[in-house]
Amino acid sequence: MIRLDHVTITAGEFALRDVSLTIPSGGYGVLMGKTGSGKTTILETILGLRPVTSGRILLGDQDVTDRNPALRGVGYVPQDGALFSRMRVRQQLGFALSIRGVDKGLISQRVGELTEMLGIGHLLDRVPTGLSGGERQRVALGRALSFMPRVLCLDEPLSALDGETRGQMCELLAEVRVRTGVTTLHVTHSLDEAAQLADPLLRLVDGRVAVEHAASGDKVSEPPVSDAKVPREKAASDDHAERSTAVVRPTKTGRLDIQSSP
Amino acid sequence: MAVGHEYGAPRKPLAMALSDRVFLASMGVIGGVYVLLIAGMLAADVLYMVRQSLAASSGSQAWTAAVTESPIVDALRDPKIRYSIRLSLISCTLSAILSVFVAVPLGYLMSRVRFPGRRLLDAFLDIPIVLPPLVVGLSLLILFQFAPFSWLAPHVVYQVPAVVLAQFSVACAFAVRTMKATFDQIDPRCEQVARTLGCSRFQAFSYVVFPEADRGMVTALTLAWARSLGEFGPLLIFAGSTRMKTEVLSTSVFLEMNVGNLEAAVAVSLIMVAGAIIVLILTRAVGGEESSSLFRGGNVRERGGARRS
Repeated sequence: MIRLDHVTITAGEFALRDVSLTIPSGGYGVLMGKTGSGKTTILETILGLRPVTSGRILLGDQDVTDRNPALRGVGYVPQDGALFSRMRVRQQLGFALSIRGVDKGLISQRVGELTEMLGIGHLLDRVPTGLSGGERQRVALGRALSFMPRVLCLDEPLSALDGETRGQMCELLAEVRVRTGVTTLHVTHSLDEAAQLADPLLRLVDGRVAVEHAASGDKVSEPPVSDAKVPREKAASDDHAERSTAVVRPTKTGRLDIQSSP
Repeated sequence: MAVGHEYGAPRKPLAMALSDRVFLASMGVIGGVYVLLIAGMLAADVLYMVRQSLAASSGSQAWTAAVTESPIVDALRDPKIRYSIRLSLISCTLSAILSVFVAVPLGYLMSRVRFPGRRLLDAFLDIPIVLPPLVVGLSLLILFQFAPFSWLAPHVVYQVPAVVLAQFSVACAFAVRTMKATFDQIDPRCEQVARTLGCSRFQAFSYVVFPEADRGMVTALTLAWARSLGEFGPLLIFAGSTRMKTEVLSTSVFLEMNVGNLEAAVAVSLIMVAGAIIVLILTRAVGGEESSSLFRGGNVRERGGARRS
């Protein structure tokens, strides 16, 4: 679950006051709003890259408001992927686990799982230069998922892609959601992406987050504030909120301890 | 008015083409004057050296003698100049390494961290660049009148360490500028992603930012080295120009001129020109576009700053 509880964020002269939002466990929240409305600011706050002035941020049942980004367990895919230019794809995918001191064999195993899921096995020995936009975003997604985060934040990840690749990536994101159960916040301007993925669809208007379409099984508690007509995506399973999320944590011996958490 | 019907009438195609050519030609002429000035200075040095060499030799072996007995060869044989070259190589290398050692953290902080007085500090760091060189030397000399620096003064002022310190005090400002420009050009998102993947700030810097700054560091190193090679004013005041002690190539030119030995002064100058050209070629080859960002100062494009959407 991602929950912002009356959060105020100040960034220079820009401020978001008393922002609250909730994305249930396993949900795929799509956050829309005008350019400059503060969508990325909210996302950076969840990631821990921007401090809050007041309020609380909860991920699952943990208050992470003052927690270092490294300790939040949130995967991040920026708009352009922000791949590490001097690392090969294999190194990028194993980077988070390597930093965590995970055993090389397990890193290799996890890289194999990711490449199978994302279809990037042929890219493992490539450096980012020369990768297509779609390939870059697949690698960035794999890198963000590599340590099995409980939350995934995507900042306009498909905005630079052509229509066909964007459609393929939307299908991939839906599949990733089903396979990993990761709770996701996806910032976008695209109604098509929202139509295919949103569960729930959130809209940021005048510093307030309104739920335009609730997550599957949830009741809408706030009225819609926009006249945009976005069809609700039903493809994903309705019981995702109840699905367990696999959490992998490195132990002191360097082995991965795979647990199930609600 | 119907779509496609433009307001007013553009100039005739021929006049437009002529105007464009005149504009570019004017820019070329104005800029070309300065290019010619640089080329002329270097060519004059070389021509003067060749003329003096030929004048000193005669007969069928004139060209061979002109090379073997040229003032450059003479200068290279002179123990004082050899000492000067050796000290220049050592002091420039030391000051360049020190400059990069300081410029990497300072450039990183100036590029990435927003803090009160940052703009003031940014301007402050340019002081060694804009100050008259003699004032830099004089300021260093005065600084070593006060404790705790005065305790070290006997081992520094008018000694070899003063050469390195004087070169470093100016060269470092150029290295900081270069490193700041380098870090400005590295997408901060990469570092932010690294932190979300589990890195501390130090790990994100070490594993992600530092490797991407390698070209910038080479550029900063070579530019600091070249700047140190050309340093003269601060050296003269703070380190003196004692032969076989604090004499570097720039002071050799000054000393040779003082004793009226113009040939030797030009010969040493050409040695310095050759060194500077080699360094600049290396900088361009290794640093690429980053090397041209040296003087951009605060106007460098900053990527991925406080973006809101």
